[in-house]
Amino acid sequence: MSDIRLADPTPVQLLAEDGTLTEHPVFSQYIEALDDEVLRELYRHMVLERRFDAEATSLQRQGMLALWVPALGQEAAQIGAIAALEQTDRVFPTYREHAMALYRGITPEELMGTFRATRHTGWDPHAFNFNAYSVVLASQVMHAAGWAMGIKQDVATGTLGEGRPDDELVLACLGDGATSQGDAHESMVFASSYELPMLYFIQNNHWAISVPQETQSRVPLAHRAAGYGFEGMRVDGNDVLATFAVTRYMAEQIRAGSGPKLVEAVTYRIGAHTTADDPTKYRTSEELDAWKSRDPIARYRTWLESRSIIDAAYTEQVDQEAAELAKQLRIAVRSMESVQLERVFDTVYAEPHRQVETEKAWLKDYEAGFAEEEEGADT
Amino acid sequence: MSAEPTAEADQKEAVTSPTPMPLAKAINRALADELAADIKTILIGEDIGALGGVFRVTDKLQAQFGPDRVIDSPLAESGIIGACIGLAMRGYRPVAEIQFDGFVFPAFNQITTQLAKVHNRTNGAVTVPVTIRLPYGGHIGSIEHHSESPEALFAHTAGLRIIAPSSPHDAYWMTRQAINSVDPVIVLEPKRRYWLKGPVDLDTPAPDAFTAQVLREGTDVTLATYGPLVPVALAAAEVAATQGRSVEVVDVRSISPLDDETIARSAAKTQRLVVAHEAPTFGGFGAEIAARVSERAYHRLAAPVLRVGGFHMPYPPSAQEHRYLPDIDRMLEALERSFVYTSAGGHS
Repeated sequence: MSDIRLADPTPVQLLAEDGTLTEHPVFSQYIEALDDEVLRELYRHMVLERRFDAEATSLQRQGMLALWVPALGQEAAQIGAIAALEQTDRVFPTYREHAMALYRGITPEELMGTFRATRHTGWDPHAFNFNAYSVVLASQVMHAAGWAMGIKQDVATGTLGEGRPDDELVLACLGDGATSQGDAHESMVFASSYELPMLYFIQNNHWAISVPQETQSRVPLAHRAAGYGFEGMRVDGNDVLATFAVTRYMAEQIRAGSGPKLVEAVTYRIGAHTTADDPTKYRTSEELDAWKSRDPIARYRTWLESRSIIDAAYTEQVDQEAAELAKQLRIAVRSMESVQLERVFDTVYAEPHRQVETEKAWLKDYEAGFAEEEEGADT
Repeated sequence: MSAEPTAEADQKEAVTSPTPMPLAKAINRALADELAADIKTILIGEDIGALGGVFRVTDKLQAQFGPDRVIDSPLAESGIIGACIGLAMRGYRPVAEIQFDGFVFPAFNQITTQLAKVHNRTNGAVTVPVTIRLPYGGHIGSIEHHSESPEALFAHTAGLRIIAPSSPHDAYWMTRQAINSVDPVIVLEPKRRYWLKGPVDLDTPAPDAFTAQVLREGTDVTLATYGPLVPVALAAAEVAATQGRSVEVVDVRSISPLDDETIARSAAKTQRLVVAHEAPTFGGFGAEIAARVSERAYHRLAAPVLRVGGFHMPYPPSAQEHRYLPDIDRMLEALERSFVYTSAGGHS
């Protein structure tokens, strides 16, 4: 068994809060390799997500959504990670990975079915290599391990499906709270024992609803990886470049057969846990203000402008696109139709089930009775 | 169970069906046939590899199909089921072995909130054809957590199929059907019957796994049960016959879906129904059968549906299980009791 060093408690940072870039012996090369178009895309996606998030929060306040789970403040962590991966890499998200979902091409309408409660999941997970949101936290990282076992077995037996590369990896998303779940532990045991191609991506946003990260762990979460026998690393999750570089560095090794890796992106949930939450009850405005000053978009924009990678015309154009996305979201939410109960009946099982069919038929007759009564009343 | 050498098993293959074999061996054969038929079928569980499982149901399968297809898992039931879900999402047909009924509970969350719901959650886009083999039930003289009957907990969860074979022939074919189902299926294996020998016809499929079957025809009263109590019910019917009672025995076979039509038809014919299972009667699956048969055959019944089962207590120390578990006498008592009810003003 190899000796695994504990992660450096100081998160990897490339872009300081004031927007200055520092050289790093390992990670700078991953940024230097990017052309300006990719750098602009990182900015664009972060801005789009932030506008989308603000609009969703407002729609919930207007009673248009059953619930919203803001990702405000976590744009760099999510975009940095997802942009560093391939479209063919499978993502197992929690319920807060909106930036990743939009980046993958999931539409506002597909994404918001969950939150307007018109359907549990609005997208086809196979079409985007992006699984359904997981609400029972950490269950998804066990599924991620199973998927990764399948990758290894496909490669070993020469049965990779069409379009599936032999170096696919799985992004297993977690928050600081979910790391305390038993399934997080079991998943990491499986990943380590079977040397699975997995990247655990923990967004440590400091709060699991009202419970601080110290209640989940007395050591940096990245340290846990060493206990399972694989490498963990802390990165500044508000630094999109560092998150991108560290993710790509880890992904390269996983693709080369290293087995699992873990990245702890240290970030902060600027918004509430959900729209049903009141963060003023458990955290201070000083803490919130301190994190607001480490805003992921502001520092990145400062750097892009300082390098003349973007200009005012570009940011204006992105802002307009974001406004258009918000408009699309409003329209989508207003016009969204619910999955019908008949379809819910039809998808309980993939094959016919006597009791489900009986109940579906009963409901049809029962409701038809009301329709007949109404007709009778009209005539 | 005595381990049979592979040569003997191979020899049996050439012998004309039906072949007599113990129930555990029938399941072993079903697993081997499915592993051979589809490279995407894999087994995973604790100690199922070199050891062949604590009941030797997977005996020699790892040697035959390799450690990548017959996988010894970490000691983590939630992990086993969660991994099966991920494998199934990717196109595999994983077959999980949970070592004992009482150890299924660490996986309860994965089974009920994930496995059962993935297809529905994704509007039918993602299927999870996972089979969970669950050795269940008591009468093996073991310690706590090794003798439980949790079927009602899973029956209450939409999205799961649950079947309970009672004979080697059914065990062979129902296991194969479970693995081939697109839906998740829990196969309740009657562990006290693993050594029960019976003919297995490898060429003639058993009736559909999701149907009930009348095993013994009778005219006076119906006795419906499943899994380990089926041989007990048949024996009880035999005794009752000597006392002048003609008992019809129905093997329920499938808990979900429930073939209530077959059970109700029998009950309507005999006018009486007794349901037996090892699980506690309170809130048990027998209540579901009783309610459905009462609705379907109310005017034909001469007595309320009676239940025979475990008591509302944790499974007792096995030194007392003979008093807890339904046996021939407890079934006979209930059968007789069903004749003392008056109907329309007099004893029937």
